Amino acid sequence: MKMVKAKPELCTGCGACMIACSKALYKVEDPAKSAIRVKEKPGTGVKYEIAVCNHCGECIPICSVEAVYRAKNGAVRIDHGKCVGCYMCVGFCPHNAIFVHRDINETIKCIACGSCVKACPTGAIYMEEIN
Amino acid sequence: MTTGKILAKYEYQPAKIEKGYANQTLYINLSDRTIKAKPVTEQMKQIFTGGRGFGLWYLWNAVSGDTKWNDPENEIIIAGGPICGITQYPGSGKAAVVTLSPLTGCPIDNNVGGYFAPLLKFSGWDALEIQGKADKDVIIFIDGNKGLVTIEEADEGHDDTHLIAEELTEKYADSEEDKRNISVVSSGRGAENTLIGILNVSFYDVKRKAVRVKQAGRGGSGTVFRDKKIKAIIVKYKGVTGDSNNPADKEKIINAAIRLHREIFELDKLQNRMREVGTAHLVGIMNDYDLLPVMNFQYGSHPDAVKITSEVFREKYFTQNVPDNCWHGCSLSCAKAVDNYEVKTGPYKGQKVCVDAAEYETIAAVASNCGIFDPEYVIEANFYCDTYGLDTISFGNIVGFAMECYERGIINKEITGGLELKFGNAEAALELLHQMGRGEGFGEIAGQGVKRLREYIIEKTGADPAFLRDISMEVKGLEVSMYVSKESLAQQGGYAFANKGPQHDEAWLIFMDMVNKQIPTFEDKAEALHYFPVFRTWFSLQGLCKLPWNDIIPADNAITNEPHKIPAHVQNYVDIFTGVTGKNITREELLLQSERVFNFQRIFNLKMGRGTREYDRPPFRLMGPATKEEYESRAERYDKQLKELGYDIEGKTTEEKMTMLRQYRESQFEKLVDAVYKRRGWDKNGVPTLETVKKLGIDFPDVVELISRYRE
Ligand code: SF4
Repeated sequence: MKMVKAKPELCTGCGACMIACSKALYKVEDPAKSAIRVKEKPGTGVKYEIAVCNHCGECIPICSVEAVYRAKNGAVRIDHGKCVGCYMCVGFCPHNAIFVHRDINETIKCIACGSCVKACPTGAIYMEEIN
Repeated sequence: MTTGKILAKYEYQPAKIEKGYANQTLYINLSDRTIKAKPVTEQMKQIFTGGRGFGLWYLWNAVSGDTKWNDPENEIIIAGGPICGITQYPGSGKAAVVTLSPLTGCPIDNNVGGYFAPLLKFSGWDALEIQGKADKDVIIFIDGNKGLVTIEEADEGHDDTHLIAEELTEKYADSEEDKRNISVVSSGRGAENTLIGILNVSFYDVKRKAVRVKQAGRGGSGTVFRDKKIKAIIVKYKGVTGDSNNPADKEKIINAAIRLHREIFELDKLQNRMREVGTAHLVGIMNDYDLLPVMNFQYGSHPDAVKITSEVFREKYFTQNVPDNCWHGCSLSCAKAVDNYEVKTGPYKGQKVCVDAAEYETIAAVASNCGIFDPEYVIEANFYCDTYGLDTISFGNIVGFAMECYERGIINKEITGGLELKFGNAEAALELLHQMGRGEGFGEIAGQGVKRLREYIIEKTGADPAFLRDISMEVKGLEVSMYVSKESLAQQGGYAFANKGPQHDEAWLIFMDMVNKQIPTFEDKAEALHYFPVFRTWFSLQGLCKLPWNDIIPADNAITNEPHKIPAHVQNYVDIFTGVTGKNITREELLLQSERVFNFQRIFNLKMGRGTREYDRPPFRLMGPATKEEYESRAERYDKQLKELGYDIEGKTTEEKMTMLRQYRESQFEKLVDAVYKRRGWDKNGVPTLETVKKLGIDFPDVVELISRYRE
């Protein structure tokens, strides 16, 4: 499958990826509803931190209602029909890459669509083929 | 079960949940088949909050001081509470079950998992209040999507929970997918034939594709259920989401929830390993600290206890890496299970079953307390207790007590109907269990509970009543839960004063008192015996589980001012209550909610003709060594204590030293009683004062009239 990878050193913090993501997922331009998050990183060197799901699948067995599954294309997805919004997977994500918003019941999670990559002007995020 | 004729039918418009409340209660009278809605008033919410508070209030209005558990006026109330049903914060799906107990004659409350209370609320009901008695077995069915309640005949079918719950889940679900939307409350034949019946509350485990059950275990609520001829109550509601409880400020809940999920993710594996072994982790710890009941609480540890620790259960029996929660969102997931267990004895021999086994209390009660150290016996006994509808804690106490009487020659095979009730005899214990299920032989007598068994033995054998009282582990008629309190005065109080009887959910202070020595003076102990019982009552008003409060502890907890209170988690509770109801409360107000209900329950005991100081007296074994063997097993500790107290023990016999120690401990206990009553705002007889009930706003005319009868 193809998944989003990051080179944070190229990131300027413009947030275009978050806008693109929330638009792709929820048809709104709202970074708070994005499945990729760019955060300022205090201290020296690289200025931004980029959190996005790497589809490791550790959250799959965490879910007690089988709402988290690996899709045919290899991406880890949430079945919105089954998700009860318990957010256990959010707390148990080793990469802090699952998000929530009070107006959205289910968790907000990357579906590996590539919208963010297309929107990034600097190449700080890119798609990479993984097995 | 072929459910027969519909006996009564009620259609309703399911209420929309507002800030945690449906604002209606479903009332059913089985005698005349009334089904109706009752409003949940603002005053009820103000004073009683929900859950156990509502249960006690309804029951108070339903019964008189003369009502017996098996009178039709007695009720069973099942209620969640305002927080019940949120899916985000761990432990938010509990039901409080309240009824008059056949064991104690007073209100009993239980806090039970499974999906019933959340689905009931989302079906439009804060509480289910059942009164009356059916003349034939019935099923109550609540369809929360259609807005339909029916009472149906249940003339044929299974007698025990594991089959009843499975069959009814199959029957009422439209499809495999739909099974998760169903919860069944049921019991088994043992509940009919004893006084220690439980209620099993089901949920469908989609990963195992199996119906699981959690237990409202203490005090015989299953016995009342079967006496009312209820075979099962089914609730069905499809459409649970993270917003079903319609909270006022979801953000507050989410933030607290994710914080706690994260803590559990990072720290559970380093702390209690609840996700791996549930409460079973306590077996090893209690054995190490000499606190594990062994052989009817005579001892606190045993070399063979290593055979029944969580390590054994984890390695060989508990299925791993499954999120075993009893309601959505509980990442603490302590509800462990043994899958594909092949039943070895009794009517289900040879069946492969999924057993909800085994919690600490069960392991200690059925195993070590009976001198049995065999994990497969634990699973077998756990399975049968659940499916017959029997309380594992009471069962283990009964068997331990009977075994001790047998070993001491107080009873013999003539009394036991041929059972060789020696400590360690697993086969005899299981036979007794099956007899309780069938309501036959010695099992039928023993199933009346330790108190009544003691009375029976005294009558039949002429045994010394005082000695039998010392070694029969019950207070108020309820059997003691599984901690040896001999060396912790505070825990003795925790057990003896508990409103419903000696269950540790009211106060568990052994470690604070005995191990960490945080509450040395009487005032400290009294403060702890005020704060913790009141605080712990709060969970059952809300529909919450207590375990996520202190079975996971924030990394920086030790550096807080009051680490034993887990301040960060208390703050979470303030946040989620505010988040759900929109009512801004402080920590003090949180406690006040509980203190009202706690005192009201105490007064309820008074109404039932009990509830005074004399009912708060434990058997001596709860306070110290009741026999020579016990004294000698800890001789060094006891000798040292006597010397430190200035007793001259030179050349004294064990019996003489026992008398001294007893005198001392009993006097200490009386001082504790005085200190605790004072701190709680009760008089010397244990009756809440007029000032206390006024302060708490529970000074209803009948309450004032009742307590004034006890005015000194
Ligand atoms: S901690 Fe255990 S008992 Fe409590 S809610 Fe979670 S799974 Fe249920």
